[in-house]
Amino acid sequence: MPTEIPDTPRVHRSLWMDVWLTFRQHTGALIGVGVFATIVLAVFLGPFVHGVDPTYLDLQARNQGVSFAHPLGTDNLGRDTLAQVFAGGRISLAVGFAAMFLSLVLGTAVGTLAGYFRRLDGPLMRFTDLFLALPLLPLLLVIIMLFRDTLRNAFGPETGIFFLIVFVIGITSWMQTARIVRGEVLAIKEREFITAARSIGTRERRIVSRHILPNALSPIMVSATLGIANAIITESALSFLGLGFPPDFPTWGRLLFDGANFITITPARVLWPGLAISLTVLSVNYIGDGLRDALDPRLRDT
Amino acid sequence: MIRFITRRLMFAVPTLIAISFAIFALLDLAPNDPTGQLPLTIPPEVRAQIRDSLGLDQPFHVRYAKWMEQFFVNEPLNLVEEAFDIEIGASSERPRIRSWATRSPVVDIIAERMPQTLWVVGMSYVFGILIAVPIGVISAYRQYSWFDQIGTFVSMVGFSVPTFFTGLLAIILFSVMLQWLPSIYDTTHEVTDLSSFWVQVKQMLMPVMVLALYNAAQLSRFMRSAMLDNLNLDYVRTARSKGLRERAVLLIHVLRNSMIPVVTMIALGVPTIFSGAIITEQIFRVNGLGQLLIVAIQGADIPLVQTLTFLFAVLIVLFNLIADVLYGILDPRIRYD
Amino acid sequence: MNLRRTLSVLAILVFVAAFARGNPETACQVEDRHLNILYWQAVSILNPYLSGGTKDIEAASMVVEPLAHYDENGVMVPVLAAEIPTLENGGVAEDLRSVTWKLKPDITWSDGTPLTAHDVAFSGAYCRHEEAGCAALASFADVSAIEALDDHTVRITFKVAKPWPYGPFVGSLSPIIQREQFQDCLGARAQECTDQNFGPIGTGPFKVDEFRANDVINYSANARFREPGKPWFRTATFKGGGDAASAARAVLETGEYDYAWNLQVEPEVLERMVAARRGELLMGFGSQVERLIVNHTNDDSSLGGRRSLYLDGTNPHPFLSDPAVRRALSLAIDRQVLVEVGYGAAGRTTCNVLPAPATYASAANEACKTPDPVEANRILDEAGWARGEDGVRTKDGVRLSILYQTSTNSVRQGTQALIKQMWEAIGVETELRNIDAAVFFGADPASPDTFQKFYADIEMYTSNFQGTDPEVYMAGWACDQNPGPHNQWLGTNIPRGCSDEYDALVEQFSVTPPGEDRFRIAKRMNDIIVQNQFVIPLIWRATVSAQSSSLKGVRMNPWDSELWNIADWHR
Repeated sequence: MPTEIPDTPRVHRSLWMDVWLTFRQHTGALIGVGVFATIVLAVFLGPFVHGVDPTYLDLQARNQGVSFAHPLGTDNLGRDTLAQVFAGGRISLAVGFAAMFLSLVLGTAVGTLAGYFRRLDGPLMRFTDLFLALPLLPLLLVIIMLFRDTLRNAFGPETGIFFLIVFVIGITSWMQTARIVRGEVLAIKEREFITAARSIGTRERRIVSRHILPNALSPIMVSATLGIANAIITESALSFLGLGFPPDFPTWGRLLFDGANFITITPARVLWPGLAISLTVLSVNYIGDGLRDALDPRLRDT
Repeated sequence: MIRFITRRLMFAVPTLIAISFAIFALLDLAPNDPTGQLPLTIPPEVRAQIRDSLGLDQPFHVRYAKWMEQFFVNEPLNLVEEAFDIEIGASSERPRIRSWATRSPVVDIIAERMPQTLWVVGMSYVFGILIAVPIGVISAYRQYSWFDQIGTFVSMVGFSVPTFFTGLLAIILFSVMLQWLPSIYDTTHEVTDLSSFWVQVKQMLMPVMVLALYNAAQLSRFMRSAMLDNLNLDYVRTARSKGLRERAVLLIHVLRNSMIPVVTMIALGVPTIFSGAIITEQIFRVNGLGQLLIVAIQGADIPLVQTLTFLFAVLIVLFNLIADVLYGILDPRIRYD
Repeated sequence: MNLRRTLSVLAILVFVAAFARGNPETACQVEDRHLNILYWQAVSILNPYLSGGTKDIEAASMVVEPLAHYDENGVMVPVLAAEIPTLENGGVAEDLRSVTWKLKPDITWSDGTPLTAHDVAFSGAYCRHEEAGCAALASFADVSAIEALDDHTVRITFKVAKPWPYGPFVGSLSPIIQREQFQDCLGARAQECTDQNFGPIGTGPFKVDEFRANDVINYSANARFREPGKPWFRTATFKGGGDAASAARAVLETGEYDYAWNLQVEPEVLERMVAARRGELLMGFGSQVERLIVNHTNDDSSLGGRRSLYLDGTNPHPFLSDPAVRRALSLAIDRQVLVEVGYGAAGRTTCNVLPAPATYASAANEACKTPDPVEANRILDEAGWARGEDGVRTKDGVRLSILYQTSTNSVRQGTQALIKQMWEAIGVETELRNIDAAVFFGADPASPDTFQKFYADIEMYTSNFQGTDPEVYMAGWACDQNPGPHNQWLGTNIPRGCSDEYDALVEQFSVTPPGEDRFRIAKRMNDIIVQNQFVIPLIWRATVSAQSSSLKGVRMNPWDSELWNIADWHR
């Protein structure tokens, strides 16, 4: 839907080049990329700089404040907080992104199909209602009971549980995205340009992928941002219930949870994991903003 | 529209029955046990007998059929009797849905829990919406202004820091250090005059604020993004060029058209008011429906969990229908027939 | 605009001032005769016979009373009974097959009617009814009849000789309920008597005014309580919900509550709260021992239906059946560290599964209190378990790799991490697992994660016994108590080991009256369990509660309800 004719003859650029050029002009997004890259680098390279084993219990150094040996102090078992934040970050980021991605794909697919194809709307939305209505905790208990040992035997205790957790979070959090996307699609498909596309014989699949989805991108991006925070926190709730990783396996959410009672003794235990989660979510939010602007056909050309 | 609503309502009945079956099967499969909280000194034979006395020795389909009868026949009859003060049949012989932990009728417990949950969780929702919508609108209108940046920051931090943590922080600050607010909610407190109203406000303040922050964070993001989408559309330009006042353009045209995701979120959220806010209720000991549900799940109180989740399912189906109706009102181009 | 801003600033100031003013009022009250009790598990029902946990029993103990209590030293004291029946005073029959209780005269229920022996007999019939699902049924084990001889005398007859006949009506688990109130609630009808179950009429110091299930109870003083001038408190609130740390905070830091129950929280957290000087911690050492259970059967998941089954000893554990490995595991543990990190003053190292009463405690195992990893390594080397390249010992292709499970609780997860590191030092690899307490302690036969199923190599929890007599507790490790499908996995011999000597001692114990012989047998049984490492005892745990500084007269009681002497509490 070109709205203005450019003054100068346009150089032909690919779609993605176009997106990148717009994205580059978005200060917030660039800062977001910077912060996010720093977090990822710190989490993966940090252990090489600060080589303390995150699970080693140093009983001589329990509940320590900031020191040279322990830059962020230690917890009540003498574990190094900095090393735990690094180790926890690797898991939390992996779980957060994988689970967000799964729930986003599921939610967008269900939402788009239900919104666009009237025949699918009823069954798919009732299916969504069913998932919304199922009590989460018993559902988790049952999933874990049925699949934990199988997956543990197949992939080992850590990888197996990783798949399980991503699956569990993804499968229990896609409904909100699905309903929001459906609402958007319902409105978009009645707009003029869709009618126009249809009248010139564009195939359904192309209408959905080229016209509907790009226009429903904003709420999807917001869902993605919120989904990461949600997945990181849900993971900690799962491990608290004993449905997640082994208890000596640090993750950001778990560090925050375990440290909460120690907030007046060693505030660093909750400050840093909390900050790490918030910064990750914030930077993803800005990246999402930038991407949305860059992918919006109306904004790109102006 | 009327035809659409009737059709949806008729479709809702089989949906709900399917949901009730799914919930029942799920609870039956779940590895909890009603004798799980008894002291370990209670021997296994006694536990087995307790389970039998709760009817757990009967096969699955018998228990499900019993629950169905109690929920769809007996309890509505009781309600009718109470409402009109009449007696239909042998009402004292009619079995009611009884919680396993308390041995009392589930419906009575739920009714007892309603007030505090509606007060605390409902209020927090209202506040959440009241905060989120203006923030979302202004953030979008003045995109990348200081207001927007701060709003983004606060809402992202508000969403990514879980309520168990903000709640604890609030208690340490306002109850332990400043000693301004009570950390424990008194569910038996009655508001009779100004001073008791003040006590009620004080005990509601922390849980409501903690929850409202969380809800507002989420809602304001959707509001902002939807506004941004619409602000760039042609009709806005048209409206402006027609000489409409900026405020009218914003509040009448853009806001209305941006409400679809927000309405979806609110419709998804209203049933969760009734399901309570589990963590917040636990932290401040509000002991509403959320706390009831979690205690029941942990104690494997199946009749209570089943009834609560099923009522919750009814609300979900109902509010999703309301959302669909609202879509049609907000955007008349959307049709379902 | 300016005016509006000024107004809003004013409003905020008024708001803050109002808060600041609200505080001193509560602090200056001269004599506060209202008692606030906080249990982080909410009370579901006030009929202890139908209770779902300790919280219900203790809340009910303010209202209904047994014939006798255990005091804080584990000594029986008469409550409704005139005296404790013994062989000497003729209350216990010579053949040990019956016991006769005499009631104190002139005790009335809170509704004014007199308490009689028929109420006692009725309480027994109520619980022993087979359709009642009574939680206290074990207290009535081997009882053949309970009959009222006259208005103030009741005789309990047993099917077998009972050297310890103080099961029924001793301790808060089996109190006397009123016949008048409960007579229509026998058997299956017990489930439907909501009014009775929510507001039992009792003889105790308080009566129930309002009960909200799973939330709060309001009590008021029972004006007809037998001791004049008691209880000192006029009213009491019993609130439930939340978690242990915040319950401690409400007593120790904010001072909103007077008493908080069962605070298993890391010691430094509690210490920090006590430093606010608003209250103090109470501890009572009963018979609770935090222990490791060693699985003697093979729990390999590839075994399918044979997993963790004893099968007459044909299914031994691949490495825990080796006594050398078990000894090494116990030797490697520094129990003092576990106490310091997880329990503080609320725990003591122990090497016995039966640490109390003192007369029953064996002194033969004290050596385990001193860890000796060097010796543990030597034992394993000698037994042929050689360290591989990754530091983990193997022998004939079997790796010393342990799956170690327990319930979710931050103190337990701390202990798990510590023990994992201690075992690493002797070349044993450990995978930790925590399971939601409701699942772990729930006895659902379909769940793989219950402590009875024990689909792991080692598990950890606390257990104890009711009252002060360990007969039932010790009999739990008999060979025929192995859990399996034949008993819906409800057996009590969780380690799944067998010892002929032990089984013989169980028989002998059940017919030996209190005295030196009984103590000796119990000690020998304890030694068999711990010296063969069926169970590795770790910590003798106190029950921990908190009280506000203003509260007086609390006598922390690990043997009975903590609220057993609430009539004496005052400020």
